[in-house]
Amino acid sequence: MNAKNPSHSMESCNENCANTADLSISTLIEGMLAENILSTPEKTERDLEVLMERNQEGDGWNEPTDQVIPSGYQQMVQQPVNRRTAVKIVAAGLLAGAGLFQTACSPFASAEAREKAQLNWEEYFKGNFRLMSDDEKEATVARLERLYELNTGKHLNISAANALPGVLYGYAFNISKCRGYMDCVRACINENNQDRKSGMQYITIHEHKKGQINFEHAEDDFYHEVPQEGHFYIGTQCFHCENPPCVNVCPVKATWKEPDGIVVVDYDWCIGCRYCEAACPYDARRFNWADPVIPEEEVNRNQHYLGNRLRKKGVMEKCTFCIQRTRTGKNPACVEACPTGARIFGNLLDPNSEIRHVLRTKKVFRLKEDLGTEPKFWYFMD
Amino acid sequence: MKVLIGFIKDAVISVTSGSLKYHIWMAFLTFLMLCGAYAYSIQIKNGLIVTGMSDGVSWGLYISNFTFLVGVAAAAVMLVLPTYILKDIDFSRAVLIGEGMAVAALVMCLAFVTVDLGGPARIWHLIPGIGLFNFPNSMLSWDVIVLNGYLFINLTIPLYILLWHYQGKEPKKAVYLPGVFISVFWAVAIHMVTAFLYAGLVSRPFWNSSLLGPRFLASAFAAGPALMILVLGVIRRNTDYWVEDITLNKIALVTTVAAQINMVMLISELFKEFYFPTHHSLSAIYLYFGLDGYDGLTRWIWPAVIMNLIATIMLTLHPLRKNPFFLKLACLILFVAIWIEKGMGLIIPGFIPGPWGKIIEYTPTWIEIVVTAGVWALGLFVFTLLVKIAIPIELGQLRFHQTATNQP
Ligand code: SF4
Ligand code: SF4
Repeated sequence: MNAKNPSHSMESCNENCANTADLSISTLIEGMLAENILSTPEKTERDLEVLMERNQEGDGWNEPTDQVIPSGYQQMVQQPVNRRTAVKIVAAGLLAGAGLFQTACSPFASAEAREKAQLNWEEYFKGNFRLMSDDEKEATVARLERLYELNTGKHLNISAANALPGVLYGYAFNISKCRGYMDCVRACINENNQDRKSGMQYITIHEHKKGQINFEHAEDDFYHEVPQEGHFYIGTQCFHCENPPCVNVCPVKATWKEPDGIVVVDYDWCIGCRYCEAACPYDARRFNWADPVIPEEEVNRNQHYLGNRLRKKGVMEKCTFCIQRTRTGKNPACVEACPTGARIFGNLLDPNSEIRHVLRTKKVFRLKEDLGTEPKFWYFMD
Repeated sequence: MKVLIGFIKDAVISVTSGSLKYHIWMAFLTFLMLCGAYAYSIQIKNGLIVTGMSDGVSWGLYISNFTFLVGVAAAAVMLVLPTYILKDIDFSRAVLIGEGMAVAALVMCLAFVTVDLGGPARIWHLIPGIGLFNFPNSMLSWDVIVLNGYLFINLTIPLYILLWHYQGKEPKKAVYLPGVFISVFWAVAIHMVTAFLYAGLVSRPFWNSSLLGPRFLASAFAAGPALMILVLGVIRRNTDYWVEDITLNKIALVTTVAAQINMVMLISELFKEFYFPTHHSLSAIYLYFGLDGYDGLTRWIWPAVIMNLIATIMLTLHPLRKNPFFLKLACLILFVAIWIEKGMGLIIPGFIPGPWGKIIEYTPTWIEIVVTAGVWALGLFVFTLLVKIAIPIELGQLRFHQTATNQP
């Protein structure tokens, strides 16, 4: 029996179990199976069907809209607004825009400052990303790129790519392989331009003592050599729930589920009430308590509007399955970085994908399944 | 229109003139508000990092106070109901004060929610029409609606009555009675909706309980009238506006019953959490006894529980309740106890331990405390202004025709 390699312990336990901890894990899992807590491949398959059906039905929100619904700034310009609302809008804008406007109109300000003020002004009044037409999306992305150029002289590449048709992303995590190296965490921070100052992390690796899966007793901040004798590791992050409580509670619809199943946040629409953070049962959301700090040379310039673009203070963020990568057909950074191959990502709607293979052949389970959040993130053991 | 202009003019004169005590009081409140504004400006500049909140405990003192004040706002209805609908004239002198208190409490509620936002500049995203309002899915959007609605109702009804009294006329029942009926339902609604805000979160077992709503109501109907008795005491001492003892006694009775019901619910909650503690009782264990060596809230909750008990007993015993001194003392104790219990004692433990069992504690920073003090000062300021306008009119000292002749 090799304690360092729990993958063998599962099968061989019955014959000769030197490690009692391993024994209790396997009995634990058998018990879970009996109680239907742990999914069998058949059950997972059934769950998946339900998931897909639901996804195809759509809730109206998820349909890629060709129809243009003006909102925010656009709405203000395009629609005949009655006087009272106009006054309100202007008043709200003045509050924030007075300073900018002054710069914009001042004859002494340079052309650049004036352009910046104009862009900031338009950015302030833009609408919710989900309701933008493709043209509007391009326009705001162009503004953001230009603003960054004006501020730093460097060029960004922000994408506004929509979800690919026929795609529903899912993720599987192999508990027997993870050894707590944390390469995924580092890759995630670099890829997603996370605040270095506060040490923000989307991924948490929990170090569990063998013999129990109890997150309360797990160690979340470990600073020692891994893998530790007698321990195993489980990573958590946003599970991109199919029935996400965080989306329900947002008062301004600043967070939603995309047609490809990714739960995203519009950083420019979020008002920072942190209701979603309270509603997430998986501790997946992260708030920018201060202005994020990222050394200029470390900024990842390949960005997506809903993904790793630079955030500001007072807004919510979280894992986006690396939307900037996955929508171009790549794997998320964590999957790519993991040296043990514990992380598997793919299209749930493609029967030949690796993730479907895992769901078909392994005994998988999800965390806190009793809450009905339907995470698209499964755990399994070899 | 002329009446309205005269009213505004007189109101301004009324609030700007007063005794030395009054001026010192207002100056003191203004000072507190300025301090609050200064602290808030630091928060705006640096972000919410200057508060004690974190990803672990993502709501703190602001939301605690908000929750508590929703209760105070709703309690005004306990006085409105008997006056207008049951025609219990004993309450009628207190009712305008009660509504003023509701307005002040609501102003504070809205202020607390606003200072808690990470992006207050984007608050227009909440305005239906130009923003995007997640109604009816988000309980927070419900809360925005019911709070603003309640504020509107509680501003218009007293304004109407005052305006009519100001002209020396009797306000028409047909006009304000429907409003009063709505406001009664509305008061219960702001409570329930605020309770549902928390009770709807499956991720936080401490809040995810069906008793949360009713307990909100009970504690509010204890804390609100308790504050009312204290305020009426101050008004009786400092103005000619005399509220009869019988009114105070009736309000005291309301407070007593509510405090008793609140006690019963507290016991039932404690029983459920501690008879057979489960994984879901961890927050309660943390709150009352501490968990894994962390016990930041025990020194808050135990005084609150003890004060609650003492106050309830004092109110229950007739001789003590009938004694004005003990009555006021009991009300003060009860008010503070419920403030701790509904604020720090309800919001913070909801986050502890976190979803994965991690314990991150929370202590408010000086910025949070000063901003909170500033918002309370704002509320008291608004309340004082409202009372200062209402009392002369109700006493008949301020009348429309007088203005027309005396102050052209
Ligand atoms: S894990 Fe949390 S943040 Fe992610 S979708 Fe589910 S509820 Fe939302
Ligand atoms: S913090 Fe932002 S995304 Fe979360 S609920 Fe509030 S507005 Fe919505």
